[in-house]
Amino acid sequence: MIQVKNLTKYYGKRLAVDNISFNVERGEIVGFLGPNAAGKTTTMRILTGFLAPTQGEVWVAGYNMSKHSLEARQRIGYFPEAMPLYTDMTVRSYLDFSSRLRGLDKNRVKTRIEEVVDICHLEEYIDVLIGKLSKGFRQRVGVAQAIIHEPEVLILDEPTIGIDPIQVAVTRQLIKELAKERTILISTHILPEVSVTCERVIIINEGRIVAEDRIENLSSLVSGSRRIRLEVEGPAEKVAERLRQIEGVLQVSYEDSHYIVECSAGQDPRGKIMETMVQGGWTLLSLGSIEMSLEDIFLKLTTEEETSQ
Amino acid sequence: MRNTTTIALKEFKSYLASPMAYVVTGIFLVLTGFFFQSSPTTYSETSINGFLAYGSILLLLLASVLTMRLLAEEKKMGTLELLLTAPVRDSEVIMGKFLGSLGILTAMLALTFYYPILLMWFGDPDIGPIATGYLGLFLLGCTSLAVGLFASSLTSNQIVAVVIAGGILFALWFIGMAADLLPEALGEVTGYLSLSYHFPDFVRGVIDTRGIIYYLSITALFLFLAVRSLENSRWS
Repeated sequence: MIQVKNLTKYYGKRLAVDNISFNVERGEIVGFLGPNAAGKTTTMRILTGFLAPTQGEVWVAGYNMSKHSLEARQRIGYFPEAMPLYTDMTVRSYLDFSSRLRGLDKNRVKTRIEEVVDICHLEEYIDVLIGKLSKGFRQRVGVAQAIIHEPEVLILDEPTIGIDPIQVAVTRQLIKELAKERTILISTHILPEVSVTCERVIIINEGRIVAEDRIENLSSLVSGSRRIRLEVEGPAEKVAERLRQIEGVLQVSYEDSHYIVECSAGQDPRGKIMETMVQGGWTLLSLGSIEMSLEDIFLKLTTEEETSQ
Repeated sequence: MRNTTTIALKEFKSYLASPMAYVVTGIFLVLTGFFFQSSPTTYSETSINGFLAYGSILLLLLASVLTMRLLAEEKKMGTLELLLTAPVRDSEVIMGKFLGSLGILTAMLALTFYYPILLMWFGDPDIGPIATGYLGLFLLGCTSLAVGLFASSLTSNQIVAVVIAGGILFALWFIGMAADLLPEALGEVTGYLSLSYHFPDFVRGVIDTRGIIYYLSITALFLFLAVRSLENSRWS
C-alpha cells in the first residue's frame, strides 16, 4: 500500500533522510519510531506529497507520488505534526471545507460530516470555533479531517503528542478502530504508543532505518545479551564482586536495591548465581530475567548506531 | 474548477469572519469618500475623477494589505501542509485564493457605487467614463491582488509580504514618471510597463484594449509566479 524506495532528502546540505526503503502492506498498522529529528516528519511529508524527495520514489495505493501526485494524495488521510488548523473556522465549516477539498462526493458531505463527528466524539463542539477548542479536541478534529474522505491510507505524525492521558487513550482507541479497514503509518517518539497500537515497527535514526520488524521479534533482534535482576541481602560490594566472577557475566550494576546483571549472549547463569549466593551465606530474595522493553531496544539500536560511526 | 471554487469560497468567508476586510473597506470608503467630495471635478464636471485619481493609488496599498495573509499566514500556522497535501493542484490553490480576495475587492468597489448615484441624483453625469473608470479600477485591483498574492507566497511573515507587495506595486506605478527622463525608445517601453500609464485612458472614458491586455497580463504573470513559488516550496 505504501512503498518507499531508496528515499533520500537533503535540506540544502543537511541530510535528513538517507536512502531508506520500506513497504507497508494493505491493512497493516505500522509504527514509525525514532528520536526527535530522526527524519520521521520529513519522510511523512514526502509520503504525503508535501515535499519532493531529493532522490528515490514513493508509491501510495499504487500511484507514484511524483508522477500521479493527485491520485495518490486523494487516497491519503494525513495528520501532520502539531495538527495545524484554521482557528477562525468552526468544526463543521472546517470539515465541510476539508471534505470538498479532498474530493468527497458532494452529496455525501453532510452525512459524512455527521459520521466522523460521531466517530471522533465531537458532537457537542461541531459549531464551536476551532480556535476555542482545547488541544485534545483539536487533535480529534485533526483525526476527523484525516478520515473524512475515507482514505485507504492514513499517515499520522505524532497524533498523541501534547494531550492528556485520557485523551491519549481515546485517540489510541480511535486509531485501533480505524485500523480495521485501513492501512496506517503512525510516527511517534513515545514507545508505549507503538506497543499499544502497532503490529510492526520501523525504527529510524539519523535518517536511516536501524530496525524493522514485528514487535515481538524486535527483542530477539537486539537481545544478544540477557539481563537478570536480583535482590540479595548481604554486603553490596562483596556481592557485586562475586557476581562479576561468575562465568558469562559481563557487567553488574546496582539500582533501586536490586542488582542488574548483564550476561553475554546465549548464557544463562541463573543457576550459578544462586549457588554463589548460597556459598557466600547471603539470602537471595528474588531472581528473574528482564524482558527487554521497547525502550531498551530503541536505546540500544540508536546508541549502537552512534558508536559504530 | 470545483477545487478553485471551494478554496475561493473558504477565503471569502474567512475574510468576512475577520476584522481585516472590514477595516480595509472602511478605510477605503472613508478616504475615497473624502477624495470624492473634496475634488472640484466632482462639481465642475459631475465626474468621479477625484475618486478615481486617488482611489487608484489607495487601492494598490489596500490590495497588498488584503492579500498579505493569504499564503504567509498558512505558512506560519502550518496549515499550508494540509492544503498542499490535498488532491488539489497548486494552480487551483492560487486561483482560489485570488478569486476569494477578488470577491472582497469587488464588494468594496461596489460599495462606492453611491458616488455615481449621488451624481445622477443631483446632476447629469456622463455614464461612459464612470463605467470605464470602474473597469480600470477593477483591472488595477486584479493586478494588485495578484502581486500581493505572489508576495505572500514568498514569506511566512505578513509584514514582509505587505512591504514586498507595496514595493513592487508602487515601483510599477511610479516607473512611468521615470519614462520622461529616459531616451525616447526606452522611455516609451518603461511608460508602457507602468501601472499608471494605462489608467488615465480608463478615466477619460476610453477603452483601450492595450490597457486591458496590459493589466490582465501583469495579473497572469504574477499569478503564474505565485504558482511557481508555491511549487518551489516543495523542493526546499
